[in-house]
Amino acid sequence: MKRAIAFLLLLVLPVSAQPEVTVASKKFTENVLLGELATLLVQATGTPARHRAELGGTRVLFSALTSAAIDVYPEYTGTITKEILQSEDIPDHTALRAALAARGLGLTAPLGFENTYALGLLRQTAAEHSLSTLSDLARRPELRLAFSNEFLDREDGWPALSAAYGLPHDDVRGLDHDLAYKGLTSHDIDIIDVYTTDAEILQHDLLLLEDDLEFFPRYDAVLLYRLDLPADVVSALERLAGRIDVAAMREMNRRARIERVSEAQVAADFAREQLDLRAVVRTRSLLSRVGLRTRQHLTLVILAMLAGCALALPLGVAAARRPRLAPVILGCVGVIQTIPALALLVFMIPFLGIYEPPAIAALFLYSLLPMVRGIFTGLEQIGPALSESGLALGLGSWQRLWRIELPLASPSIMAGIKTSSILVIGFATLGALIGAGGYGQPILTGIRLDDTSLVLEGAIPAALLALVVQYLFGMLEHIVVPRGLRLQRGA
Amino acid sequence: MLSLEDVCKSFGDQVVLRHLQLEVPRGTTRVLLGRSGCGKSTVLRLLLGLSDADSGTIRFDGERLSADSVQAVRRRCGYVIQDGGLFPHLTAEGNVTLLAGQLGWDRTRCAARLAELLALTDLDPGLMDHYPVELSGGQRQRVALMRALMLDPDVLLLDEPLAALDPIIRFELQEDLRRIFRSLGKTVVLVTHDLAEAAFFADSIVLMEAGSVAQEGRIDDLLQRPASDFVTRFVGAQRGLAVPLGNDAAQDGGS
Repeated sequence: MKRAIAFLLLLVLPVSAQPEVTVASKKFTENVLLGELATLLVQATGTPARHRAELGGTRVLFSALTSAAIDVYPEYTGTITKEILQSEDIPDHTALRAALAARGLGLTAPLGFENTYALGLLRQTAAEHSLSTLSDLARRPELRLAFSNEFLDREDGWPALSAAYGLPHDDVRGLDHDLAYKGLTSHDIDIIDVYTTDAEILQHDLLLLEDDLEFFPRYDAVLLYRLDLPADVVSALERLAGRIDVAAMREMNRRARIERVSEAQVAADFAREQLDLRAVVRTRSLLSRVGLRTRQHLTLVILAMLAGCALALPLGVAAARRPRLAPVILGCVGVIQTIPALALLVFMIPFLGIYEPPAIAALFLYSLLPMVRGIFTGLEQIGPALSESGLALGLGSWQRLWRIELPLASPSIMAGIKTSSILVIGFATLGALIGAGGYGQPILTGIRLDDTSLVLEGAIPAALLALVVQYLFGMLEHIVVPRGLRLQRGA
Repeated sequence: MLSLEDVCKSFGDQVVLRHLQLEVPRGTTRVLLGRSGCGKSTVLRLLLGLSDADSGTIRFDGERLSADSVQAVRRRCGYVIQDGGLFPHLTAEGNVTLLAGQLGWDRTRCAARLAELLALTDLDPGLMDHYPVELSGGQRQRVALMRALMLDPDVLLLDEPLAALDPIIRFELQEDLRRIFRSLGKTVVLVTHDLAEAAFFADSIVLMEAGSVAQEGRIDDLLQRPASDFVTRFVGAQRGLAVPLGNDAAQDGGS
């Protein structure tokens, strides 16, 4: 048993002698590409580096950076000032540098492009209505506008924009960002909001209206890093400064998103052509990818279930033996089940950081309800005749529990553990949201890239694992549930 | 050996025992007879500490039953209930030797005792690795009796042990039980609702009504000198074999 635990811990704990630089990225293509590039640059200095791609959103990444769980990630200046340090007054780049330095963080010079909001339209439409700036739009109230819901709702989005430019359009539709491009090409919509580096701008040859009043804040791409990084690593990161213009970024986004070239490959090509870096893209075979994720996924599930069983048993027994405690215990484990997974994960980051520990803790909490219920129900269902027979024999409380009550409850307990395992296998895919890996990783990437085969690369093994576990539990039940009870159920 | 002094017990509004007095001398067989709900099973449960009396004193071998002594008392009593109360997850042998195993008896001692009990209860040793669900009703009751006798207790408490059995099996088991009671010289309290069965077993019958003793005595006393209307009616409600044989005449007794 001790050996098994030591083995499981080995699976989780990263083993490394040399300090390794951890680069992370957000859950969208451009950020992943920049993360790949940063990793290549660090590796070129001889320092080992790895890329934790698609680790999470702004909040997760920034707190991971300040807590030293990661060392570098790509960020946008507007996001830092508007979302992360929103309470502080940061007028310029120098002030930003100072505010970050106070937190032990640094940022590179701008990489050369910004990714901000813009309004885009087909060139043909622009020519017909002689539009080139946002100010021109005020004279064209007949144009049909549709925006992503986020842009419509954000205070610094459409409401502020229309006020700043005095735009008269009042019938503005809310629309999914991907559908917006389709509406544009089918001429159902004239103008949509875009991110300035969207690959689709190239694909559909869109014209972006010039922000002549400089309404939109600057969202310069930079690399955000910890100041305790070695100097040669920092100067390696600075090599990216000013090297990527908006056209280059769009092109990289286009190759990754539209042509479905892997991000590692796109980044390696850019590094070779523009930064004179020789990067070999290692691609794992499908089998080795699935194997790695299976190991990660099983680690999450097994550790969570072991901890879950260890707590569920005393809780279930206490609920069955103390009728007053039962509603409290069952109520508590029930309420845990209603907390959304993402909220639970985010809630744990301050205490447990990122990667596996918060994922295991969340899965452990989710595993409790079916197991506690199984134990409670199993013990409750033992008839008074049998429980009194144990008493009347003169067996002690523990002897009755181990020799009579738990064996009699074993079918229900096993059912609870089985349900719990299958639930946890499903929930564990969410571990990818905070870098715990597993089958959720390809699902997450697949959703982002709209790549069904990638989604299936995670979803099919997850479903198979659930089936295998279900089958194994069927066999385990044969061993655990006493033969006398199985005969009785069959009779 | 056993005594209840002025014992009262209620479940909610329902009074089950009213100022009950009962004395069972060592080595005698006492039958508690009465209709269902008269409180006769409750007496056994109180003796074993499975429920607590509201008032009054229960003594076991002269000592007052208390929370501290109850476990030791239970180990000096063998208890058999209507459907045996065998644990379905254990084999017949597992059921019989469970407590002995917990008390640290070794294999040889267990096996020797098991052999004695098999001979005593006239049970096929081949059935010992069967699970309760694989045994007939009569076999289950014999196993339950073996379990009750395993530690060679001073007292046997039997709560309608034969009520669920068919008449032929029941007849055989009655014979065997009486033989066992007499040969072992145990103090026995047997609960039944069947007058004929009571007469067959008892040195002395305690007929109960609504939580107290209606009459105590030998079967002849009950038949010839009933103490109350209830006793007359209870005794009269037993169908004798003088009644013309109908289809249900074989259903010996029954109230």
